[in-house]
Amino acid sequence: MVAFLPSDANEVAELVRHAAASGIRLTVQGHGTKADIGAASENGAICDVTGIAGVVDYDPAELVLTVRPGTPLAEVEALLAANGQMLAFEPWDLTRSSGPGATIGGMVAAGLAGPRRVTRGSVRDHLLGFAAVSGRGERFVAGGKVVKNVTGYDLSKLMCGSWGRLAVLTELTLKVLPAPPLMRTLAIFGLEAATARLAMAKALGSRADVAAAAYLPGSGECPSRVLLRLEGIAPSIAARIDILAQALSDVELADMEDGNGEWGAVAGLSSLAGASQLWRIVLPARAMPELGQMLDAHGAAWLADWAGGLVWTGWTGEPAPIRAYAESAGGHAMLVRADGETRARIPTFHPQSAGIVRLEARVRRAFDPAGVFETGRFGDGHAD
Amino acid sequence: MGWVSNMSICMPEPDSAVLARRNEIIAAMRMIIPGEGVISDPVALKAYESDGLTAYRQMPLVVTLPETTEQVSRILSWCHANGVKVVPRGSGTSLSGGALPLADAVLLGMAKFNRIFDIDYEERIVVAQPGVTNLAITRAVEAEGFYYAPDPSSQIACSIGGNVAENSGGVHCLKYGLTTNNVLGVEIVLIDGEVLRLGGRALDPAGLDLLGVVVGSEGLLGVVTEVTLRVLPAPETARALLIGFPTMEGAGQCVGDVIGAGIIPAGMEMMDRKAIHAAEAFVNVGYPLNVEALLIVELDGPEAECEHFAGEVERIAAANGAVSCRTSQSEAERLSFWAGRKAAFPAVGRLAPDYYCMDGTIPRRCLPQVLERIEALSKKNGLAVANVFHAGDGNLHPLILYDANIPGELDKAEAFGNDILRLCVEVGGVLTGEHGVGVEKRDLMPEMFTDIDLAHQQRIKCAFDPELLLNPGKVFPTLHRCAELGRMHVRNGQLPHPDLPRF
Repeated sequence: MVAFLPSDANEVAELVRHAAASGIRLTVQGHGTKADIGAASENGAICDVTGIAGVVDYDPAELVLTVRPGTPLAEVEALLAANGQMLAFEPWDLTRSSGPGATIGGMVAAGLAGPRRVTRGSVRDHLLGFAAVSGRGERFVAGGKVVKNVTGYDLSKLMCGSWGRLAVLTELTLKVLPAPPLMRTLAIFGLEAATARLAMAKALGSRADVAAAAYLPGSGECPSRVLLRLEGIAPSIAARIDILAQALSDVELADMEDGNGEWGAVAGLSSLAGASQLWRIVLPARAMPELGQMLDAHGAAWLADWAGGLVWTGWTGEPAPIRAYAESAGGHAMLVRADGETRARIPTFHPQSAGIVRLEARVRRAFDPAGVFETGRFGDGHAD
Repeated sequence: MGWVSNMSICMPEPDSAVLARRNEIIAAMRMIIPGEGVISDPVALKAYESDGLTAYRQMPLVVTLPETTEQVSRILSWCHANGVKVVPRGSGTSLSGGALPLADAVLLGMAKFNRIFDIDYEERIVVAQPGVTNLAITRAVEAEGFYYAPDPSSQIACSIGGNVAENSGGVHCLKYGLTTNNVLGVEIVLIDGEVLRLGGRALDPAGLDLLGVVVGSEGLLGVVTEVTLRVLPAPETARALLIGFPTMEGAGQCVGDVIGAGIIPAGMEMMDRKAIHAAEAFVNVGYPLNVEALLIVELDGPEAECEHFAGEVERIAAANGAVSCRTSQSEAERLSFWAGRKAAFPAVGRLAPDYYCMDGTIPRRCLPQVLERIEALSKKNGLAVANVFHAGDGNLHPLILYDANIPGELDKAEAFGNDILRLCVEVGGVLTGEHGVGVEKRDLMPEMFTDIDLAHQQRIKCAFDPELLLNPGKVFPTLHRCAELGRMHVRNGQLPHPDLPRF
């Protein structure tokens, strides 16, 4: 595919206007680490934003970072870490340890967050404002560069998880937070999914201020484990371990120290690394054990994050059973990894009700009337 | 579309054809809501002529008080089919005129939607109708040790539905977020009567985050009929520090240094000399009167954590020249620290017959410069101002003192307020941190956004409500027709860098 490498927002605007006028579809891309999510698009061109990079403004005491989309996520994280701060939602990036890693623009466009999402919010809770070029080829801004703002519609929320279907982001302003000086992880071994879910619910419902909770089912010799992460200063963590021990007095809590390896395995999905297909199922945590049973019955490997509210699985069967289950539980299932033929056949996003499909189409058309960003990657033709 | 002048703000010109059909509209509403749920008597209508922004008043055409989603759907569907505008209203506590009626619109009051449907402690979720008050959510779960974090100062009265419309904040939002960060899902009725669910009990949306844009949309996109909220375990302890500074700069630097030290307090409030004196005279809680700035820093969490951070904050305060510092030793003392701050608005209200509360946010580093210029504007306008801030997130609430009985003084107060908001934008801040745009800041939107920016926002409105029937005249300074906004003018331009292909 042809790729364009605009060097600033004006060049993006010119490119989009040209594409709209000549019927070219544009795939917006950073490092392309998520390019294999969604159906492969046959035609069109790539709008590569890696040339629009760099930190625009960062004042740690303001808790605000303004950055251009092509900036590598790793670079942003290193800058924040050097100032004792972080992106609190733990950006999700499977390519973190192998290859270039995601760009911050791609991270926002995908809107996917890691383990801490269950208590600290997602990307959408931390994007304060942005500048972008819509499908109309116009530069526009929304939101602001301060941590508290309700001026105008909150278009930042729409951009997170829009997967390049509304606009090309050209500048992002994110809320950043102090990084905890210490992490401590406690594990409970050998629980079934149902008791694990309850233990995680008790932990999150306690005053221990648990930052993250995950469940890894047992396999072979390896017993299942619940992971509970505490973050903060030493005296606080010590006090909260006592609170947790009281809330979970019927089980034994094992000290895993900082648990970095464990959480790396959860966020990096290492137990699913070899799976030819990867599904991401978001659902009320209450439904996790039953879904787990269903996956076990089919021999599909899985793990649960967000106290059970997120299940990753290497399910390779037809999508219908897991999509039907997720939907009946009030959740949804996204196909994250599969071969090209499967991705062409099975929609990436969970099919939604007719009313939502129509409303989404109208919102997309509001930003992109000519369909410049409708590459077919997400099966998103106009519905009405 | 035309505007008519109504008080000092212009609202869309009432449609005389709609006004002429008033009886027919009332009859149609009575067909949908039997009994006392339709109010048309002028005396009873009077109660709805204003919201929390009482400077602006307008009698509604008719008030409807539906009790079911189906009734809301039928009202909206009828109004849509008949080209009648609708203004939604929660408890009517908006400080930006979000629920200001229109002469030719049906006012849709949601007060009867007052039930809590479900409390799920295991998943820490409450499902409630939109008319339930903010505080009632916390009251419903506190026996089990939970609470709902966003706490706007009107929390006794304001409704959860109104909180969703305005994306309400409160003193704890630096640490716990605004409404948008604590809502998981809504049931919403669109203007054509269609009932949709956005979000639910799961954490992420399946597609576009439509819920995210509905929260804070000020009643312009749809009418919310059910809300799913997250509640949190109440912290074990809360400690507050009351710190006095001889200068505003010292207090401002202290705030920055606390955050710089990695501490995110549950609340961090600042008051200037005028506000301190007014509050102390009102509640008598022992605020120091010999200081220029007073800071309340609240820490919450386990006792050990509060203890540790209280020491840190004390040290940082001393390093920034604090002349007094008290740490609460009991719950009663903590509440007394807050009593003055919470009474600041009524207390300042005693200094003058009227006050006008502003709501801009600025980058905190600009605080000294902004305060200096507010003081200069105060002199220029001949009106006094008292300042209270949510200091942690830079959200300013300057209170402009005036007397509406003196001719021209309201106009002067508004002009002063507008100057303050322009100043907020000029230093990199925003027009409103938590009160909303409504009618109040509508005409200032171009200070912050270009026509193109605003058109991108208004096209969202068009996606939800193409005939602009829901709450028109709020948020947007110009009423562009959707057809006009939808046009795309494509220049058949040449590609700037035709030889850029890389692969």
